[in-house]
Amino acid sequence: MQKSVLPSGNGSGKGNNGSAGPPPRADHMLIAEMVAPGSRVLDVGCGDGALLDLLDRTKNVDGRGVELSRERVNACVARGLSVIQGDADRDLADYPDQAFDYAILSLTIQATREPKTVLENLLRIGRHAIVSFPNFGHWLVRTQLLFTGRMPMTDNLPEPWWRTLDAHLCTIKDFVDLAALVNAEVEEAVAFNSSGQRLPIKRSLSLQNLLGEKAVFLLRRKG
Amino acid sequence: MSSNEISADPAGTGPFARPVADARHNEVVSPSSLVVHFPASEPLKLDCEQELAPFAVAYQTYGTLNAEKSNAILICHALTGDQHVHNRHPVTGKEGWWDTLVGPGKPVDTNRFFVICSNILGGCMGTTGPASFNPATRRPYGLDFPVITIADMVRAQVRLVDHLGIKQLFSVIGGSMGGMQVLEWAASYKDRLLTAIPIATAATHSAQNIAFHEVGRQAVMADPNWREGNYHAFATRPSAGLAVARMAAHITYLSEKALQDKFGRGLQDRTARSFSFDADFKIESYLRHQGSTFVDRFDANSYLYITRAMDYFDLEAAHGGKLANAFRGTTAQFCVVSFTSDWLYPTRDSKEIVKALNAVAANVSFVEIESDKGHDAFLLEEPEFFATIRGFVNAAAAKHGLAAPGELV
Repeated sequence: MQKSVLPSGNGSGKGNNGSAGPPPRADHMLIAEMVAPGSRVLDVGCGDGALLDLLDRTKNVDGRGVELSRERVNACVARGLSVIQGDADRDLADYPDQAFDYAILSLTIQATREPKTVLENLLRIGRHAIVSFPNFGHWLVRTQLLFTGRMPMTDNLPEPWWRTLDAHLCTIKDFVDLAALVNAEVEEAVAFNSSGQRLPIKRSLSLQNLLGEKAVFLLRRKG
Repeated sequence: MSSNEISADPAGTGPFARPVADARHNEVVSPSSLVVHFPASEPLKLDCEQELAPFAVAYQTYGTLNAEKSNAILICHALTGDQHVHNRHPVTGKEGWWDTLVGPGKPVDTNRFFVICSNILGGCMGTTGPASFNPATRRPYGLDFPVITIADMVRAQVRLVDHLGIKQLFSVIGGSMGGMQVLEWAASYKDRLLTAIPIATAATHSAQNIAFHEVGRQAVMADPNWREGNYHAFATRPSAGLAVARMAAHITYLSEKALQDKFGRGLQDRTARSFSFDADFKIESYLRHQGSTFVDRFDANSYLYITRAMDYFDLEAAHGGKLANAFRGTTAQFCVVSFTSDWLYPTRDSKEIVKALNAVAANVSFVEIESDKGHDAFLLEEPEFFATIRGFVNAAAAKHGLAAPGELV
């Protein structure tokens, strides 16, 4: 799987602990807030390792990554991160139950072939699952489709339909339904805009779905 | 033992006839390495339920062991390798076989780490093997040498590491058969290593690889000079057979593309076909050269024993048919590496190892390096491979409190 939004650089393979470098991605900051210090974390679709690096620096986690792109895996390992080449759709089955405190899928679930199976695996492997995704229910997406009659393209969804790897885009409401379907309890849900600002809306799912450009969910398996 | 115990070794016959390889036999009897001798009272218990005693382990070290003895790295060599990782080879005069990876400032930095490499059990560079003197018969062992396994080789390495007073290795690193030893260390001596780097290897030797080895062994044994393994007594050597074995094996270390790019259909020192069975083609000449230089430095019986040990390697079967069981409880950090064009130990073999490690939630990194150099890539100039090893080793060293490169301890 590939990220729909490519993180900006820091993939030089050098100076992973340097203070310089691009500011952390907004959803990474929100995810980091959800992760308890010193925990065991699996980042599925870890890209260039920016989130693992952030969690290592700020939360002292024992972090592992899975990434599809060979180049990115090699860059991650060369900068000292524990990352394997693998595929969320195929390789999560190899992990034992509850092996991690958190199994994270950041801006990746929409690019998997079987989001339901992937989510079930995340909930099985991690005591908690953290999933972030671009919200297809955002008003700009809705209005673009309504008024242009074409697949929306926004800062959040920058690729044309024929090039994007996002085969399974969903809205926040859709994701809430999927979580219920796989028997997951939503521990925390945050909708945010492109600058990483949390929306000051807690109660109304409909408003979050209309105004949030992206969302991060903290989940765990019920029972 | 006196060198008279090993017969003089005149040239074999046939196209691979060579002058007496005294230098090679000297390395069996009195190697240009450090040697630790384990007396008859300290036998090595083998998988075949025999005991080997006395036995010797010849080894090289590079760098300095720190006061805490926490900076030791064991390098495990491959089938036809030896302990001369980073020094001129005493027989061939060539540079160390892993000079690309090991040395001052290299990914395995000898300014920082104490690097050990021992000749494997069954080898012919000073560690006890079939060419060594058998005190029971007062002749070279030949086929009296017990059939050994990868686990037996590792047992001998453990004895060496014990002898050096090292409780825990910072890392065990090896490619190909060396990688098998790394996996064996990780499975059987979990508390004795912090990191493991198995490269271009497999947890289970495949049918295809057993097949290639069998071809090699049959070539050696079909040579009349092999004399049922007793060639030392007849002052002969199965050089032709061993050379053919090496030629066949050498093809498996390369890729089709590497062969085609390097040799194509080029002719050797001629402009037209000779209409004979001379080495018309460059590739023929190259393979013959590989075969003939190999027999100068390697013992034919060692080749039989070591290939057999590889064939017997099956970490999955040794752990109840489930590879994950081999690694259950491991706390080591793994870095598994494969190469895209390696068809002898293909990436899927490495992925099986990774899958098993994931199944026990071990800390594992896995990198497949893009290369068209085939299995041999792990010994060659591969910058992405070096960057991976350097990054992994440095991060693990930092995690375990070892000084950074250039930092004073």
